[in-house]
Amino acid sequence: MDADLLFPRLVRAHTADVWTTALRLTGSHADAEDLVQEVFASAWAALESWPPERVAALRPRAWLVTITLNAWRNGLRSASRRPSTIPLLDHDAAVQPADHLDETERLGQLVARLPEAYRAPVVLRHVVGLTYAEIATALDCPPGTVKAQVSRGLALLRKELSWT
Amino acid sequence: MDLTTLLADLGSPAPAGLVDRVLASTGPADSWVLVDGPAGPLMVAFSDHGISYVLAGADDAELSQQVRARLDRGVRRVQTPPAGLVPALRTGRTRQLRFDLRGRTPFEQEVLAAALRIPRGEVRSYAWVAAAIGRPGAVRAVGSALGRNPVPVVIPCHRVVRSDGQVGDYVWGSELKRTILTAEGLDVEEVERLGAAGVVYTGSDTTHIFCVPTCRDARRTTPAHTVRFRSAAAATAAGYRPCLHCEPIPTAA
Repeated sequence: MDADLLFPRLVRAHTADVWTTALRLTGSHADAEDLVQEVFASAWAALESWPPERVAALRPRAWLVTITLNAWRNGLRSASRRPSTIPLLDHDAAVQPADHLDETERLGQLVARLPEAYRAPVVLRHVVGLTYAEIATALDCPPGTVKAQVSRGLALLRKELSWT
Repeated sequence: MDLTTLLADLGSPAPAGLVDRVLASTGPADSWVLVDGPAGPLMVAFSDHGISYVLAGADDAELSQQVRARLDRGVRRVQTPPAGLVPALRTGRTRQLRFDLRGRTPFEQEVLAAALRIPRGEVRSYAWVAAAIGRPGAVRAVGSALGRNPVPVVIPCHRVVRSDGQVGDYVWGSELKRTILTAEGLDVEEVERLGAAGVVYTGSDTTHIFCVPTCRDARRTTPAHTVRFRSAAAATAAGYRPCLHCEPIPTAA
């Protein structure tokens, strides 16, 4: 399909996944919104220059999540990026029942405070639902390493939540 | 509850309007220019493939909304019109224009290509367009396809009128259709009179050629030498042959 016709469909179909990835990696609504914009700008720049066969072979969800991951990691390296200061709790208070919000958003904050090496694998595997193979490709490391990082991340979260 | 189940629940719907904000800031976008049309300024949008959308009497927010709805692309204002547009609007010669009709059906594209063959200052019937695309039975479908013309004025769907001489419907309303046809030098009332009288073709008794009544050749025939016909069969029976310019009996391109 023509990239012109494909792109708006990709945005509509995958903004929720890109948003979730961005929100859970950054832990901030404002940073997540910036990241989503950056991801789709990069995605469009790529699609626009690709030959049609490459566009046709695309697996869009894993591709967009990978772009999100890379954009987030580049942002961490960039000294100019402003620190995230807006707490998650201020935002969704009106749209979710308070008891559910407490549990979900507390976990969200714990995830956002995980060490970066564990945060990305945990978010991609258990929040976004990519396969280990897809995550290994995205992170450019062996699947075994991803599995180990995910289980270390989960162990840290359980400790924080005082669950065994 | 299991931790992995709780993590799966961290999926979060995107905030309201995020999709629109993304599409407003990136992705495919056509250029648009403001140019003079026959009855006022036209907003003309175009992509690398050609002219894609035309709107009159609106602002850029309206254009942006319609292009998103119809073509699913953004728009941005530019100063340089696409090659050939300004001369085409001035002279009526559209040969060098390119159109971006991706997303239109093959039938719609054929109908629009046939409408593009109608010279300025002339009109043809919906039945003529149907015959010109080799689908003589598809008169109503031709009307619907013209009603969805994304590039009015530039592809002159306003030059297609009813066989009874009434100007008929128009994508921007029939009042504007009359205005544009009049601005192009057509005597709309004469077309209505002839149509109401059942005149479908006119011929010259000196050349024995018959035309659609608005053909530039037909209009040169003096009233004393003009013969009127209600059908092509009647003209043929009288020994008249069809005009090569206006193609009163069109052949599919």
